[in-house]
Amino acid sequence: MSALSHSELKKLALRVREHIIRMATDGGCFIGASLSCADLIVHLYTRVMHISPDLLADPSRDFLLLSKGHDVPALYGTLVELGYLPASRLKNHLSTGDSMYWHPNRNIPGVEFHSGSLGHLLSVGLGIALDIRLGGGSNRVFVILGDGELNEGSVWESLLVASARKLDNLVCIVDRNEFQANLRTEELLPLEPLEQKFEAFGARVQRVDGHSFSALDRVFSELPLAQGKVSVVIADTVRGRGLPSIERQADRWFVNFTHAEVEALLAELHGEGRAHLTSETLVVR
Amino acid sequence: MTTYEEALLELALADPRLVVMTAENRAAIRGLPHRLGPRFIDVGICEQTMVGAAAGLALRGRIPICHALATFLTLRAFEFIRTDVGIAKLPVKLVGGVPGFLSEGNGPTHQALEDIALMRGIPNMQVFCPADGAELVAMLPKIVESPAPAYVRFNAAPPAVEHVAPFEIGVAEVLSQGQDVTLLSFGFLLREAEEARKELESQGLRVQLVNLRTLKPIAEDVIVRAARGARLLVTIEDHFQSGGLYSIVAETLLKAGVSCRTLPIALEERWFQPGALDAVLEYEGFTGTAIARRVCQTLRR
Repeated sequence: MSALSHSELKKLALRVREHIIRMATDGGCFIGASLSCADLIVHLYTRVMHISPDLLADPSRDFLLLSKGHDVPALYGTLVELGYLPASRLKNHLSTGDSMYWHPNRNIPGVEFHSGSLGHLLSVGLGIALDIRLGGGSNRVFVILGDGELNEGSVWESLLVASARKLDNLVCIVDRNEFQANLRTEELLPLEPLEQKFEAFGARVQRVDGHSFSALDRVFSELPLAQGKVSVVIADTVRGRGLPSIERQADRWFVNFTHAEVEALLAELHGEGRAHLTSETLVVR
Repeated sequence: MTTYEEALLELALADPRLVVMTAENRAAIRGLPHRLGPRFIDVGICEQTMVGAAAGLALRGRIPICHALATFLTLRAFEFIRTDVGIAKLPVKLVGGVPGFLSEGNGPTHQALEDIALMRGIPNMQVFCPADGAELVAMLPKIVESPAPAYVRFNAAPPAVEHVAPFEIGVAEVLSQGQDVTLLSFGFLLREAEEARKELESQGLRVQLVNLRTLKPIAEDVIVRAARGARLLVTIEDHFQSGGLYSIVAETLLKAGVSCRTLPIALEERWFQPGALDAVLEYEGFTGTAIARRVCQTLRR
């Protein structure tokens, strides 16, 4: 764990959010889900995971997999702030001369595996965790799942297998921002009671405020949550967190703002009044 | 003769990177759990999870050999193969059981007749089609050694022919030479192609019989040379006519700028009538005798 204080973490997360907002133009990005898990990713990288820019090829490192994938701007921003990735790469967002696109891929230092198709990386994480177990290692695999992603049966299939294998080196973190694409999760396929669902699949579950560093400290200091069980952390989050003008707005999933709007949102992030947004609502799915 | 299971065990004992996985399909690897211990991983009936987990294991340097029935492996888990194994170019080896006619009486749910089309469509994927158990065993070290992802159309049948050439990836085995007809085949049906060769030769035709062994990479040189020399090319496959050997031959000849009269013997826009293997071959016209008859009819036309 780093020596960063919670106030330093807040500043770090704020800079990550600035990066995310700057990626929401000239082609745009999935801003809502990126803002909801920014605090989680910053926290994992600075206070939980055994990882650093020097450890990217070290087999004893901890692994982070973004299973929902479209939250990758939060990871890009974190990797830049922590020195894994030069800040200049962010200017290449959506340039075909680089690989900084809407979903993660391994051409980005620090990205362990590609994703984009939902419901894949719990199985990939299961394989990594199995290999760590085979080799007697003590490193861990963290998989960030979207709550909408839990619609995919493959998530539950993989959890069944991970529980059967008693993989307590596997940690699923659900970014519970209550939205999937342009709908509320509970309006379409209700997920609650979610703790009980995961427990029924053999995991040990904790529910936590996904924007509270002290709450995250508490839950991640207890890993594994139970010996011989997969740990599931349901992180209650707010989609669009940090920008009241888009928070919990069903249509602010994927956005492509004007440069002026980006400047207004950056000001809003720093508490300088609500941004006036006129860009068309984009419904991608 | 060494069985698949024995050959796989020998390779796994010599190389700790090998991990044997299955989606609860242990027919060919029944003795391996107690020999390999934790390197034998049965995930239950979860083909998608098996393939995703195999990608994770391969990412860490393992070579997973994954077993499931060919249909469920290539269809249920297709997107996991394409997305997790294919995009990352990981050395995951997929072994599909009872492909093609070998599903016998199971019915169309179990008939893998598009597996070659699907697997060869994935960039970098190699496709192995052993003609019999001996060829499967001969292929195995090469399959494991190759850094590419692989699909194996599992076939442990008794010898189809007396093999005349050692196995190399992308190299066909030419079993006989002849200028009138070239029979291109692979997998289990090589046995019937060999019968057809004998019947055609007894009628005075000169027949080239080719065992393709791998469909990707494919022995383009052999196909193009045959098309330049033969009066008739015949593709013999227990696969849909679209996407398999007939398509591969068409693509190969178009690329080479060569054309040749070609008779496809395949399943055209239909599944086959389920039944015991020999009855299926008879009913569907895939016995050596039926193949020879169709070749003669085509030549007379």
